[in-house]
Amino acid sequence: MASINIDNVQKAFGKVIAVDHLNLDIKDGEFFTFLGPSGCGKTTTLRMIAGFYYPTKGVVRFGDKDMTRVPPEKRNTGMVFQNYALFPHMTVFENVAFGLRVRKVGSKELKAKVEEVLQKVRLEQYAERQVSQLSGGQQQRVALARALVIEPEILLLDEPLSNLDAKLRDEMRSEILRLQKDYKITTIYVTHDQAEALSMSDRIAVFNFGVCHQVGTPSEIYNEPANDFVAGFIGEINLLPVNISRMEDDYIFVEVQNGENDSELAVRNAPFNYNQENKGNLALSIRPESIKILEKEAEGKNIFKGVVEEVHFFGSLINVVVRVEGLKLQVNALNSGLSRNLQAGAEIWVELPEEQMRIIPVVTGDAS
Amino acid sequence: MIKNRDTRLTLLLLIPVLLVLIAYVLYPSLRTIMESLQKDGSMTFGNYSDFFTQESKTNLEALWNSVYISVLSVLVSALIGIPLAFIFNRYDFPGRGFFASAAIMPIVLPSLVGVMAFMFLYGETGLIPNAIKDLFGLDEVPFKIGGISGILIVHAYTMYVYFYMTVSSAINKIDPSLEEAAYNLGANRFKVFWKVTFPLLTPAIVAASLLVFMISMASFSAPFLLAGGFRVLSLQIYFSKINGDMEVAATQSVILSIVSISFLLFMRWYQNRKDYRMASKGIGAHRSEVNNPVLKWTLVFTGIVGVIILLLPHFTILLLSLVPDGTWTWQTYPSVFNFENYRLLFQDPNIFKPLKNSLLLSVIATAGNLVFGVLASYVLVKRKFVGKSFVDILVMIPWALPATVIGMNLIFAFNEPTIFSFGNILVGTFWILPLAYFIRHIPLVVRSTNAVLEQLDDSIEEASRSLGAKWFYTFRKVILPIIMPGVLSGTLLAFVESVGEFPTSVLLYTLSNRPISIEIMNQLRMFNMGQAAAYGMIQIALIALVLFISNKFFGVKAEKSLS
Ligand SMILES: Nc1ncnc2c1ncn2[C@@H]1O[C@H](COP(=O)(O)OP(=O)(O)OP(=O)(O)O)[C@@H](O)[C@H]1O
Ligand SMILES: [Mg+2]
Repeated sequence: MASINIDNVQKAFGKVIAVDHLNLDIKDGEFFTFLGPSGCGKTTTLRMIAGFYYPTKGVVRFGDKDMTRVPPEKRNTGMVFQNYALFPHMTVFENVAFGLRVRKVGSKELKAKVEEVLQKVRLEQYAERQVSQLSGGQQQRVALARALVIEPEILLLDEPLSNLDAKLRDEMRSEILRLQKDYKITTIYVTHDQAEALSMSDRIAVFNFGVCHQVGTPSEIYNEPANDFVAGFIGEINLLPVNISRMEDDYIFVEVQNGENDSELAVRNAPFNYNQENKGNLALSIRPESIKILEKEAEGKNIFKGVVEEVHFFGSLINVVVRVEGLKLQVNALNSGLSRNLQAGAEIWVELPEEQMRIIPVVTGDAS
Repeated sequence: MIKNRDTRLTLLLLIPVLLVLIAYVLYPSLRTIMESLQKDGSMTFGNYSDFFTQESKTNLEALWNSVYISVLSVLVSALIGIPLAFIFNRYDFPGRGFFASAAIMPIVLPSLVGVMAFMFLYGETGLIPNAIKDLFGLDEVPFKIGGISGILIVHAYTMYVYFYMTVSSAINKIDPSLEEAAYNLGANRFKVFWKVTFPLLTPAIVAASLLVFMISMASFSAPFLLAGGFRVLSLQIYFSKINGDMEVAATQSVILSIVSISFLLFMRWYQNRKDYRMASKGIGAHRSEVNNPVLKWTLVFTGIVGVIILLLPHFTILLLSLVPDGTWTWQTYPSVFNFENYRLLFQDPNIFKPLKNSLLLSVIATAGNLVFGVLASYVLVKRKFVGKSFVDILVMIPWALPATVIGMNLIFAFNEPTIFSFGNILVGTFWILPLAYFIRHIPLVVRSTNAVLEQLDDSIEEASRSLGAKWFYTFRKVILPIIMPGVLSGTLLAFVESVGEFPTSVLLYTLSNRPISIEIMNQLRMFNMGQAAAYGMIQIALIALVLFISNKFFGVKAEKSLS
């Protein structure tokens, strides 16, 4: 087991910079996820940790050891490839035993270890099968077993579930988590499925265009996205470009750009809601489930009159698009009470609770 | 030290590959070019101007004849191969599968043996013309092959297979829904063929045409035995060498090479063009069953006649090999049959010697091909380095160069001591022939290895390394075992081709290492048809065995690597 320290790493392929200014500290035994859209540099980062690429700049450390230029076979990382990369000419047993044979483990010990790990992944009856005769899920478990049996310091998983159907994915998710806890192994998991990332990880790093935008626990990432990219990439969110008009001790007043009236919104002045260091363009963010729908006209801060434009029914949840002063707001309400009877065209009032709104920097260039 | 281990490894693997290619492919070619620029001890283009302005015009005539015969070969082969590909892949009728596999039988005939069979079948004293003469009581044989028609018929027989194979595989890759869509849009059969099917097949047809053109430009055995007074360039090189006009031979070699290499480059360019047309793949062909009984039985009948014609040469060789020498002299047909020739072959040390030589020479050459081919292919497919296309072209050059030219290149390079031969003169020694066979079959083994390596996902190698295996361990335990079947089938094919190799042998052999093909020539000269045929049968059996092993045990269609 080991912690991983990625220190100001850059990776360039010719002129393409795949990863830039990357700093990460992954703790011992942590389940750490790289999340981001396709082509953002997740695999590249993972492969630098595995040793298949060497960084153009910067340092990779396991614990205190500088691993930047150590070849892959000397890193003791277990990697599960997206396509599993099982050796087609070997049986399940031989595949799993491969890493042990390389380490010249004696045949008795080898057999015991392989059997133990096969038991862990529930494949003990399949030891003598040819890998081509296994189902997708079974092949995946062989790949996992093969990576785990060498007792690696670090387990690397590159989108290991992307080839599986929905039901098997669920099963494999809990299997991976179970094994990870069993072996207490530092694990890096690559995915672009946010639900997977949120449900499995201890911490998540969100990438875009080779830059890491935020590192945090799932709830930090969801509730306190660092900027509009993270906010928009994970879950649904309302993002309104705003200017700060004035600051008070308790409130920050903001004006929505390109709103029809210049009504102000009052955001609580607290570190959760606003970071003093934010510069440049700002956006107001609020999750659809945080907006309240009111039946009757009401007085108070941040209450606006609106017209229902669309209603989408999702079972337990109802998604309503409300037009407020020329802006569209996404609102999610539970399927209960008054929201049940909402129809397009209805007049309603919405409240944007002051403590739920956050002012965050705009980095994507098209917050609207 | 910024150069990392991987770069060093690439370099380490690349250097031997490059050395071999430079020493035995590039350097000999350059030596020939140098030689062609020598005239009366000075550097000039004199030999070239002689080539084109020579009063008797023999050289120009030979060049023209080579091109002329190659164009005709392409046309005739296409006319046979393309319709056959359609009939066998688009229609279903009794015996289709058998006819379809019989259609590649000409490949199972080494070129020299094939030509020999054609002479016995259709030549002046051939069995067929004489049978017809006797049958109809004619005074003269009704036809005989020889000269240009002979060469053309042999070419058509052996080369239509390239059209047949490439077009067949293209037909099977056409998504049937494309044609169905066209019918659906109201096109008739004729329109669908010309507007949809044919355009989809053009890449395959062009590729086959280029290939056949190159092969017949290089063809040596057929003109050698059949040409009579007809001159072709590959043969002229041989005659110049025999007459000791080395500078002329060099010039002729360079000109023939230029033609061949420009075709190679054109072909590479053509095949590397982005080909959108075959976007959807893996769809099995759909064959329409032939219901019209007249048509059905016509097809079956034609198929049977076709197969008989295709297999006649094989049977002729078999038949002749059973006729003891000296029992068939003045009679029209042989009358005594036994295994005397085979008995002599294995019991008379003098007769056995060439067979033993051939096997030994080929084993040495093929072992070299195996090691070099795997190494070169691995570097080319799995490693990144600058100048890869240069290495790629060097590897393919022996394929584009006519065998005669390769033989001449070796003569010019190694009739003097060089560092590449460790200070020895190789011409006139045992080693020159294995070297020639090795060079000839570099492309075959590299290409068949490339095909399997390209299938092998990079992550397999990475998985092994991340499990702690060093590169060499990974290579031995993971990569080699996976690619071995493909590699072996290519290597076995190189082996049997080496056993039958004629053009380089005839330029380079010595009395003590003379291979089978040379001995066949000798026996023919002494009118020992039976013994020659017995040698031929051994070769046919070897080739058939290799194709069978490849198909059965390696699951590889070895004949594919020939084109
Ligand atoms: N070997 C390479 N040579 C050149 N460019 C590369 C190479 N590998 C990756 N890139 C580029 O680097 C960027 C990041 O690629 P990477 O594979 O890390 O993305 P990813 O986040 O894993 O995406 P995905 O989710 O699609 O797997 C991409 O723009 C990609 O085109
Ligand atoms: Mg990836």
